[in-house]
This record gives sequence, C-alpha cells and structure tokens, in this order.
Amino acid sequence: MSFLIDVNNKQINAQKGEMLLEVLKRNGIKVPTLCYIKDKFPSGACRMCVVENLKTGKLITACSSPVEEGMNVLTHSPRVVESRKTIVELLLSNHPDDCLYCVRNKNCELQSLSEELQVRERKIRGKKNGYYMDHSGASIVRDPDKCILCGRCVRICDEVMGVSAIDFINRGSKSIIGTTFNAGLNTSSCVNCGQCILVCPTGALSEKSHFVGVIDALNNPIKTVVVQYAPAISVSLAEEFNMPAGKDINGIMNAALRKIGFDKVFDTTFSADLTIMEEASELIYRIQNSGTLPMITSCCPGWIKFAEEFYPEFIPNLSSCKSPQQMLGAVIKSYWSEKSGIKPENIYSVSIMPCTAKKFEAQREEMTREGISDVDAVLTTRELGQLIRMYGVDMNQIEPETADSPHGFRSSAGKLFGASGGVMEAAIRTAYNMITGDELIQFQIPAIRGLNGRKEIKINVNGIELGIAVVNGLANARLLLEEIKNGKNDVHFIEVMACPGGCINGGGQHIGADENSIKARMLSLYDIDERETLKVSHKNPEIIALYKEFLEKPLGHLSHELLHTHYVKRDVLK
Amino acid sequence: MTTQENISVKDFLIDEVLRDYTNNSKDKETLEKLSVIRNEKINKPIIYVGCGTCGLGAGADKTLAEAKKYIIEKNISAEIVEVGCIGLCSSEPILDVHIPGMNRISFEHVTEEKVFEIFDKIFKLELPAVEILGQFINEKTNKWDNVQNFNEHPFFAPQRRLVLKNCGIVNPIDINEYIARGGYKSFIKALNTYSSLDVCDIIEKSGLRGRGGGGFPTGRKWKFANAEKADQKYLICNADEGDPGAFMDRAVIEGDPHRLIEGMAIGAYGIGATKAYVYIRAEYPLAIKRLKIALEQAREYGLLGKNIFETGVDFDIKVKMGAGAFVCGEETALMHSIEGKRGTPRPRPPFPTTCGLFGKPTVINNVETFANVSGIIEKGHEWFSSIGTKTSKGTKVFALSGKIALTGLIEIPMGTTVRDILFKIAGGIKNNKKFKSVQIGGPSGGCITEQNLDIQIDYESLIAVGAMMGSGGLVVMDEDTCMVDVAKFFMDFIQRESCGKCIPCREGTKRMLEILESITGKPKAGESNEALDRFKGVMQLEKLGRIIKDTSLCGLGQTAPNPVLSTLKWFRDEYEAHIFDRKCPAGVCTNLRVFKINAEKCTGCTVCAKKCPTGAIISNKKTPHFIIEDNCIGCGSCAEACKFDAISVV
Repeated sequence: MSFLIDVNNKQINAQKGEMLLEVLKRNGIKVPTLCYIKDKFPSGACRMCVVENLKTGKLITACSSPVEEGMNVLTHSPRVVESRKTIVELLLSNHPDDCLYCVRNKNCELQSLSEELQVRERKIRGKKNGYYMDHSGASIVRDPDKCILCGRCVRICDEVMGVSAIDFINRGSKSIIGTTFNAGLNTSSCVNCGQCILVCPTGALSEKSHFVGVIDALNNPIKTVVVQYAPAISVSLAEEFNMPAGKDINGIMNAALRKIGFDKVFDTTFSADLTIMEEASELIYRIQNSGTLPMITSCCPGWIKFAEEFYPEFIPNLSSCKSPQQMLGAVIKSYWSEKSGIKPENIYSVSIMPCTAKKFEAQREEMTREGISDVDAVLTTRELGQLIRMYGVDMNQIEPETADSPHGFRSSAGKLFGASGGVMEAAIRTAYNMITGDELIQFQIPAIRGLNGRKEIKINVNGIELGIAVVNGLANARLLLEEIKNGKNDVHFIEVMACPGGCINGGGQHIGADENSIKARMLSLYDIDERETLKVSHKNPEIIALYKEFLEKPLGHLSHELLHTHYVKRDVLK
Repeated sequence: MTTQENISVKDFLIDEVLRDYTNNSKDKETLEKLSVIRNEKINKPIIYVGCGTCGLGAGADKTLAEAKKYIIEKNISAEIVEVGCIGLCSSEPILDVHIPGMNRISFEHVTEEKVFEIFDKIFKLELPAVEILGQFINEKTNKWDNVQNFNEHPFFAPQRRLVLKNCGIVNPIDINEYIARGGYKSFIKALNTYSSLDVCDIIEKSGLRGRGGGGFPTGRKWKFANAEKADQKYLICNADEGDPGAFMDRAVIEGDPHRLIEGMAIGAYGIGATKAYVYIRAEYPLAIKRLKIALEQAREYGLLGKNIFETGVDFDIKVKMGAGAFVCGEETALMHSIEGKRGTPRPRPPFPTTCGLFGKPTVINNVETFANVSGIIEKGHEWFSSIGTKTSKGTKVFALSGKIALTGLIEIPMGTTVRDILFKIAGGIKNNKKFKSVQIGGPSGGCITEQNLDIQIDYESLIAVGAMMGSGGLVVMDEDTCMVDVAKFFMDFIQRESCGKCIPCREGTKRMLEILESITGKPKAGESNEALDRFKGVMQLEKLGRIIKDTSLCGLGQTAPNPVLSTLKWFRDEYEAHIFDRKCPAGVCTNLRVFKINAEKCTGCTVCAKKCPTGAIISNKKTPHFIIEDNCIGCGSCAEACKFDAISVV
C-alpha cells in the first residue's frame, strides 16, 4: 500500500512497512547516520538520523520509524540540526583529535559529519579516555580512543560473520568494545576477516600495516623484492583513485608496481590456477578413494581460522591445499629462487590482497620452511593505494604493462576466485576435464554466481552426481555446517568465503564502497571471463611448464611438500 | 498446626472460600474458622516482629532472637511471626504482641535489650515503659488503656492503604492467611466470570495507570496484548527497583508477595499469557526468598500451574534476578536481560505488546501496578476510580527518605498535597530545620520547592512543575543541602548507570557531570582558561540537558537531565554562588571552602600543619602559620585540630 507523507512541507510517496530513512533516501534527502546498517534491524544508538515529527512534537529516529499515513516531518529544522551538531560535538568532546595522523584521515565519517554540520570550535570539553591500543592481532589494530561505539563492527561480527569476537563491555561512559575478558585480539576468536574495518566510521579499527617492512625491503640493495596480487585487486584498486568501481586496471597496476620498484611482478591468479590443479585432483582422489567428504575449500584464511576454532570436527574435510597466496609464495622461494639463482633469504616476497586475514595466514608457522616465510609482507588494497600515492605514481598517465613470467600468466578461471562461487566454478571446469578428458561445453555456471549468501546445485559428471554448495559470510557457513552435522548429506564439495560476496568485498578493500560497487567489481570479473579465451586453469601454459619442469604432477611429492598444509584445532576465548 | 490440620485448612480454603467465591454470606462456623486463620481469634499469644529489610537493618534479627530466647526461657506457649514492613521504617524494629482477649499492640524502637522488659510486663497485661505505636482496634477483644488507636497515629491516619493493606500485619509467607483475608478470590472470580477482554476492560475503566513511572493506562496496554494473536505471550513484572531512595516494590514483595502473584495471574489471564517473569534485583535477597516461597505455595494450592481450578487456564511465574543495572528497569533493556543479552534498550516501535520478550507479545508492569489489580477486580472499577483525581485514580505508594522526621513507606490517595505528606504524615523536617526542596521521581525526576508544596499529587500536575511521579521516591532536603551537590549526585548516578548505547546519554551525561564537578571543585592551579571553561560549561548545561532529553533512545536518557534542569530552574542562585563567588551557600561542597588562619589567635603550635594532608600550611614554630590556598583542599582537618579557634572558613 502506498500513500503520501509530508516531508519538509512537500509530499512524497511512501510504501507501508518502509522505514522513514529509506523513503527519505529514495527521495534524495540525506539524513546522516552512524549506526545504521542497511537491511539490519535498526539499533537506534547514534541518534544522528533524528527528524522532527510535527504531529507529536518529538524528535524521532528515521532509521527505526516506520512510515505512517499522515506523517509530517522536518528533516533539517533548526532543532534537528542543532541536535545532530551537538551529538557530533559530544563525540568530539573526548576524541583524540589527531586527524592529521589518523589512518582514516580524509575518509572518516566523523570528520565528514563535523564538516557537514559546520562544527568550528570545541564547545564541549571532556576528559579524554586514554585507552591502550590493541596491537596484539596479526591483522587488525584496535584504537578504543577513536571508537564512537556505533556498534556496527559488533553487529557485523555477530550477524554476518557469526563470530562474535567483540562486544560491548562496561556501562555508561566507560563503555568500550572489546573481546572476551577484554584480552587481546590475538587470543580472541577473531578470524581477522576485517569486515569490522569496512564498517568502522572512524580510525578505531584498521589493518596491521606492513608498510614499513615493504619500504625497507625496497630500499635494501641485497633484497630482491617480488610482488604478487590477488585476482580481486585489479578490479578493486580503481576506487582508491576515484576511478569508476569495477574498472579493471591490471596493466596500469603492473606498471605502477614496477615504478615503485618491485623487481618482479607476479600474479596470484597464476597460483589460483595452480590451486585448481591441486584441489581438483584432491577432490577426485577423495571421491575415488572414499576420502572424507564433503571437501571444503581452503583458500580463505578467515574461514580456515573459523573452522579451526568453531568446527574442528570439520578439519578433515578441509582441502589440504594452501591458498593461492601461499602456493605462489612457496613456489617463488623454491622454483623461482632456483631458476633465477637468488637465494630464498634474499627474496622479499610481498603480496597484495583484498584481505586482512592474509596477513595472519602469511605468519602462520605452517607457512614457513627452514625459518623462511613463504610470504614476507601482505598489503591490503588500501595499503597499495597509499603506496602508489606515496611513490607519486600518476595512475592516469602511465601505460599498461604485463606481469612477469614465469608466474604472470593466468586463465580467466583463476580470476573468478575474486567472487563468491569462483573457486568452485574454476574447480568444476578442471575437474570435469580430469575425469572425462573433455572440456565443458558451457563453462559459466550462473547458479553459483552472484552475491547470495548461499548457493547450491547438483551437477552430473560422467554419471556421478555431485552436490555443490557455495557459501559466503561465515554466518551462512555456520548454518550449512550445522545442517551437515544434523544429517544433511547431499553435498560433496563446498566453497566457503568468509566475506559476504567473496574477496571483492574483502576486509582489505576500499572503505566506503556500497553494494553497487561490490556488484561492479563482480561483474568486471565475469566480464574478463566472458571476453578471454583461456577459460580453464589446466591449459595455462605457465602452469603446464611448472609441472613439467618442477612439480611433475598434482598431488606429487613436491606438491605435498610445497603446496599442501595441515590445520590445527584452536582453543580461543569464545 | 499439624500436617493433618494443614491439609484440612487447605481444603477448607479452596472449597469453602475460593470455589465458593460468589457467596458473600458465609455461615457462622465458616466465619469463625476464617478468623482463626486470620489470627484474629487466637488461643495463645502471637508475637510479630517486623522483619523487612528495613527492620533487619535496624536490628530486628536480634530482637527476634531475643524474643525466641524469652519464650523458651520462660516456657511461654507463644507463636512468633516474622512480618514485613508496616511502613514506618524510622520506628523499626517494630514488635507487636497479640495476647488472647486483648487488642494487638505495637511497640516501636524495640532493640534487643528492650525485649525482656516488654514481655515481662505485657504478659502480666501491664504496659511497659517503652514507646508504643498504638493498638489495633478489634471489637471482640479488650482495649489497652491509654494506648492510641494504631490507625489514628498521625503517620497512618491520612493514609489509604490498598496495596500495603497486609504489609506488616500478616505473615507474608502464609498463603492461608492471605486467602482468609480475601486473597485469590478475585483471580478465581475473574477466571470464572469474566472473559479475558472483560478483565482488560475493567482495569481500563478503573483508570489504573502504570506505577513504574510512565503512567500509561494499564488496561489499554493489556488490551493491545490481548488483541495480538500469538502462540505464546508473556507477562513480566518489573521489580528492578533502582532509584536511589525507593523501596516500595521491595516492601510489597517482602510484606505481601501473594498480592503480587494474584495481580499477575489476573493480568496474565487478561492478555492470554501462560508464562510470566518477575524481574527482580539480586540485591533484594529477602524479597526473592519470600516470593519464591509464596510461588511454591500458590502452585501447591493449584493457583499456578496447568489447568488452574479446572478452567483450562495455564499460568506460571519464574523469578529472574537482575544484576543491578539501573537501565534494566527500562522495558526493552529488561527483556534483553531476561533473554540473556546485554541490558540495552532498543528503539520502539515495535512495542513489547506486539514484539516483546523472545519476539512475542509481552506486557510489562510494575509491582505496585499488579498489587492494585486484585482489589479492582474484587470491588469493581467504580470503587477504584472513585479514589484519586480526575486523571490519576487510586492510591500511590511513596518512599520517604532524607531530612524528614519520619521515614518509611506511605500510601496516599492521589490528590494528596505534597505539604500534607511532608508535614502531616511525615512529621515535618528533622531537627526543626528549614525545608528546602523535595526530590520526587528519583534521578529522572525533579524537585518541588516551597512554592509548589500545595500541588495535588497526580501524574500531570507533577510534570507541570518539572518533576514526575517516577516510581515514588521522595527525598527531602533541608537548608543544609546544597542543590548543586544534589544535581551532581544524581548526574553521577545516571552517567554510571547509563547503558552506554546512545551517544547523547552516554557522552552527554558524563559531560554534564564534568561541568558540575568543575563548578563544585577547586580551581585548578596553572590552567589559565579554567575560569572561562567553567563559565562556558555552565552555559552548556542547559543546552546539553535539552538535547539529551530530546534525542536519547530510552526513558533513562530522556529524563536524565531533569535533576539538573530542575535545580537550575529553582535554585539558580545557588549555581551562581558556586560559579561567581566560588562559594557553596550550604557549606557542602568542601572543595570550595577556603580556610584562613587568624594570625592574632594562632600561637604557632604547628598542630594544624601536622594534620594537613596536603602540606598546605607554612608553619614556623611560635609564629603565626599560613595556609597556601592553592594547595588547600578544604578538608577542614586543620580547623578541627586547632585548639585556639584560629582557623575558620572565609
């Protein structure tokens, strides 16, 4: 049912059941919010979206007020604006005020609001809190002083990720957000996904920077600095430079990385293809030898830690394959090291990931050999943007270049890894070939594409019916695993990505992206797969060469040593 | 009573009283039996000791032990009954003696050493020389000479006790006595003669409004829930009484738990709830204990449980203890707490009557609200609405505390003036000091000053003068109270008890407290902008208060600035004295005191310097000493130590 409501003395159309905020937004009226998360139950914590209800004379929050017939509101009356401004002033009254030094400088919601509301002087002076920062986590740094307690991180961690590593502690002005017993993030159940960083309006949450290590290595003449970048990076980086969301700037990025001074530019998508070779072989091996099924993908380090903490009983189900980042890291410091004659200890291996959990993954002890890490530093998409800006590379003026051989060539299947369902799609393409010897006629599998949290299909390969499930957002993974524990037995292969939508929406991505941007990144990946001709991993010539010259065959002796790993049950404070 | 007698009493009460609820003209034998159960007709002495929390605080447990010792030592066949609080807390411990054939007589301030003296005399039917509150008049028993009628005691005479009817009189954990005094009859009557909607209707027509503070019409709330279709509905009793100086709910539960249970049972029937919670603070162990006993008794009598009195109605009550968060008195926070979540409020709508506890339709009422219900069902809505004012019906219980002669609980009809409460019932200001103000409605309320003392208490008129009914705490202040300090106290309470969810309440109340602290604190040495900040801060108080009220998420924040706004309105001069003169007119804010040494009186003995905790006194022997003002914290230790009266406040 639709009806008219009065907003700022003009009539606008509203649908029964809608919240006022949505109606205002649709009609081009911007009401500021801090605690609002789209499509989630309104929390009503920040009070920024108050509007004046002329019928009752009260201020109501637009986010939590359903529209009613005959409603008459003012969204920017003096009373409303004064209230909003005072709320911002209250937030600033004990804020550290170190914008110039803040990781979120120029991209901070609090900063923008105080600018929009013309906060020009410190009217309210409060005692500063002086909390300690939490540097203990491998991926995420918390600065409670900058936290405005909007609660978005808490809700994302609970409702979307199903982890609940953080929650509110204490009461009143002593309220903080913290982990169980307010211990460090490193001992908590945090899976390092970084979704909290994406929703944080201020600099209270940020990734653990590996910036300094990378710059030191670049300036160190002894070190050969190689870099690899994940499939999702080339379609996400553009937004860091105000270019349209989803624009694929792979070539420009290659050139920029060389300008910064990286000695070799490799593509993690190459090792995504390698992962497919190993993982598809492992799946077939498990099916043919009555191994543990369903097999679950292991590319996502957030998911892996989640499984180790909450579902250790599923550890045997996890594919033993390392993630593409770690596979390439291991190949660089073995095969490429030998080939190029540079000792592994003199190689500084950097990876650029849309992900904060990759920082944690890179420092797992399973990911080192003889005391040397496979990957030395992990930069997020955001950090890469900063690095490019710092080195003064003008992204609009440089010519595209290609990545370096022997780990720079890729299939479009590997590129799909960046979106939810992509690992599965690439694996099916190769597994089909491995089982039947033929290629699929139709490569694309639309049923497992898209941003839905859970996608399930059945496919038939040579008379074997395989149940396929793809989930993203760990809360969805939790639901699926619970169903399997309760007897669901029609799935054989599961892809899990921790972040909603997959790596294109990873915790290391550009902050401030909306749903449309995420969709644009995804479509860009699908477009690459549509346009390019090399659509399967097993036909990647560099992969074929790698097996021929070095690894011999998937699941072979060297593969096991370099490309596969194991997992451990983790006891953390939950 | 033996077990056999117990069973026969139970059967008698269930069959002859409860099931026979329509019959109001019982035969003589039944009436006789009832008066025995009511302990009106007794064959051995009964000693009543007021063992509410207030009584115990005044030493009632020792009085009780002494009484037990006496009857054992003297081999007297007497029964000792622990009762709840009668309301006159400042007279505790209160001990009543009921001797067969005589009126029940009540003694006040019965500390342990007085027990033997009282009993020695009273069992000889002589009056002991102790303070007597009065005697309960009964036509069938003999009067004590020269003892006033209890109901004519100035504290009790103007009261109208509906909710507190049984408190302090009956044995709270004796369901028989409750039933014999008419209890549970309304519940059985409602189940058998009214539809659930009838019940809501009667309550709505009675004009009963929520006694927890908001004053929402109870019957209307019940009707909302009644209209909801759901597989499960809940009823919640909010007994999370957290206002400083409020203890009405505690007294009702300690003194008459069955009245609450009956009210809840009727309410649950009215809305169609089969499960209920009493959300009670863990700081009320005695109330919890008695409530649990009472619930067990009600279950034993079939008044709770499945298919109550073969009517097909199921209902039971769980006791849920709160962990002492003030905000959990807010209904949505309370429900979160019961659900096992962090006790924070959420925006409404949806209202609890549509989506409440565990997402089901839920009604939440306060203890006192429920305690009114059985009376309304028993005597009809016309009776109830004949009491009180136009908009506020019935009575209200208030907890009196502060600088007042008599403190305790009173129940007065709506419309009574504040002046009558303070000066007629409570005996005026303690120590003949001058009245300054009375804080009504706790930390959410405001103060009433001399000029508004004649307002008649009801929901609207209190709001009109900037106060509110609240749950019913009355804290009386005299001329020695500093109103800025009072505002600071409440602000400190509120900012600590804020849940921290919404920004205006979390940050705003803290900032307001900081401003009040700077007004009442010593100027900070070395801060050049201190005076300016302090002045600016005060200008912010009113604005902050207004915006916190306007924008906060729940009732706690929306009323949090009231104590400051109200004191600013009525006692602006006191604020100005603190800000401009840096003086506290009442002498309460010690940080503002400046001490000086009179050089002529000072003998140079150095005692004061030795006492000074901050080393603020320059002392050379036998020469006059000197206080460095910047270092002095105004504690006054020097003045106390000085034997020559040389140190004083300027």
